[in-house]
Amino acid sequence: MKIDPGNLRRLLGVVLLVAVLALLGLWLAGWTRFLLTVALGESLAVIGVALLMRAGLVSFGQGLFSAVGAYAVAYGMRLWGIHEALLLLAVAVAASTLLAVAIGPLICRYRQIFFAMISLAFSMVLYSILLKFNTATGGSDGMEVTAATVLGYHAAAKALAGVYYYLTLACFGVALFATAAYYASPAGYLARAVRDNEIRLEYLGASVSRETFRAYIFAAALTGLSGGLFALAVGHVSPTLAYWTKSGEFLFAALLGGTSSPIAPVVGTVVFESLNSYLSAYLPNVWQMALGAIMLAIILLMPRGLWSLYERFSARHAA
Amino acid sequence: MTAILVDGVVYASWIFLVSVGLTLVFGVLRILNIAHGSLYAVGAYTGAWLVVRYFQPGMPLALSFALLLAGALIAGLVLGPLIERLLLRFTYGRDEVMQLLVTYALFLILGDLTKLIWGVNPYYAYAPYSMLGNVSIGNVPYPRYDLVLIGLAATVGIGLWLMTNRTRFGRLMTAVIGDREISTALGINVPLVCTVAFTIGTVLAALGGAFTAPTISVVPGIDVTVIVLSFAVVVIGGLGSLEGAALGSLIVGIARAIAVHRFPDLDLVTIYVVMVIVLIFRPQGLFGRAEVKRL
Repeated sequence: MKIDPGNLRRLLGVVLLVAVLALLGLWLAGWTRFLLTVALGESLAVIGVALLMRAGLVSFGQGLFSAVGAYAVAYGMRLWGIHEALLLLAVAVAASTLLAVAIGPLICRYRQIFFAMISLAFSMVLYSILLKFNTATGGSDGMEVTAATVLGYHAAAKALAGVYYYLTLACFGVALFATAAYYASPAGYLARAVRDNEIRLEYLGASVSRETFRAYIFAAALTGLSGGLFALAVGHVSPTLAYWTKSGEFLFAALLGGTSSPIAPVVGTVVFESLNSYLSAYLPNVWQMALGAIMLAIILLMPRGLWSLYERFSARHAA
Repeated sequence: MTAILVDGVVYASWIFLVSVGLTLVFGVLRILNIAHGSLYAVGAYTGAWLVVRYFQPGMPLALSFALLLAGALIAGLVLGPLIERLLLRFTYGRDEVMQLLVTYALFLILGDLTKLIWGVNPYYAYAPYSMLGNVSIGNVPYPRYDLVLIGLAATVGIGLWLMTNRTRFGRLMTAVIGDREISTALGINVPLVCTVAFTIGTVLAALGGAFTAPTISVVPGIDVTVIVLSFAVVVIGGLGSLEGAALGSLIVGIARAIAVHRFPDLDLVTIYVVMVIVLIFRPQGLFGRAEVKRL
């Protein structure tokens, strides 16, 4: 098999990043490492949102898939007695992908505000179901997710957080590489062309509906994985995962980072999660207000996200 | 059966009051305002606060209504021009989704602002509600206040229709909706029309909030639920359409009343299910205009 040199370069980049983060994990204090675990897990959902934005689709209901992934993990444990983390995550990805295959053809017909609204409607339907059928779902209390084994290894309670960090990191690396490879593939370029001009794309012989559907499924799988990782790391799932404000946070993080590179949303998520934790600790009464103000500043002054700073920097040095 | 119909119409009037401002703002400014729910909440707080502060037992009923109305007007007339001039006008002509996120940021800011101003303790402004008492329709007692809501919704609806179709400002607004550039070229003061239209939308949101206040306890968090609800209604009816908002409210109201009476577990879900079904068959909503794609 011939290996594409571009993909080799991307693989090296991802391996390097993961290695740095792995070393960082040894050095970080417990709670910052937990923060990073959650942020890296969540960044997969944000990558999904950014991937859709790149194709011109703005999802205000991506929480649908992270909730499906998280509840798949909870149910996998409770109903089928699966206690292997990798297997549970596979269930999470499979569940969210299946759902995306089922509703994707309908949702991908819409654009702009209507795409945002119909994806929001679907996530709110799931939210209401999770909330109302409390005998099966635990209602607003949600469900507990107990400790899982990783590759058969049963970690002691103390070491569990560390094990989950490296588990999340491994999944993160795989997902990041897959996204980078997708962005650089013909399908990835076609998806970007959808945002620029759909009619021209059709005239050139490509299928807009196929590209949007593909992007939608990919994003759903990433988000499902993110939800599964969240369920494991936090040890608890609740309907708020599907609530529209959660999807709003994903969008905010994607916008904060930018959508031009697969790594940009990751930067956005880490910054967003840190802002979230620090602001709510230091400004408990006005942290949402501070968040909103930062969001406004980003949108109005830096519409292409924090990553555009790096791009400008590297462009200047290349010249 | 009558019970479902009456409940449906009452709920529909409430939803219409709450969401009609959203569709008006979208029609003129092309912005789907997430902060609409926050404006509703501010209206509810101002109205409830005025009633709690100035209304004592024994005072005439009309005064409590005047206070609610005053609350809505103050909240709307202060916030409307402020938000439009200081923030929204910088986003005109930009991507719809960017605008959506700007109003999302505004929603976060206003949420904390209401908490800072009015605190987190609930406000109870039951006076107008309880003073009106009950009325029997088909042996079922209904609060008379619900009839007031129906009347108010009808007044607002007819008033808005007359304003858009029979007044000079309404015609100017229609022109701006049709084509901003041509309107500017014809000498219409487009920024002014936008400011006024947004302010009317804000007053309507606050009005919805103020007149809801006596029926609920006004607490933080009432903004969030209203947003999705009014989105659903407006999307069902067709974004920017007044008739659509009315019909959308009626459909959602009746559907919810049926759900509450027959399948009480599903009352939250119905709204979104109705929205999805309508969008499947009419992607632009019942009264929406399909947009022409440009090459």
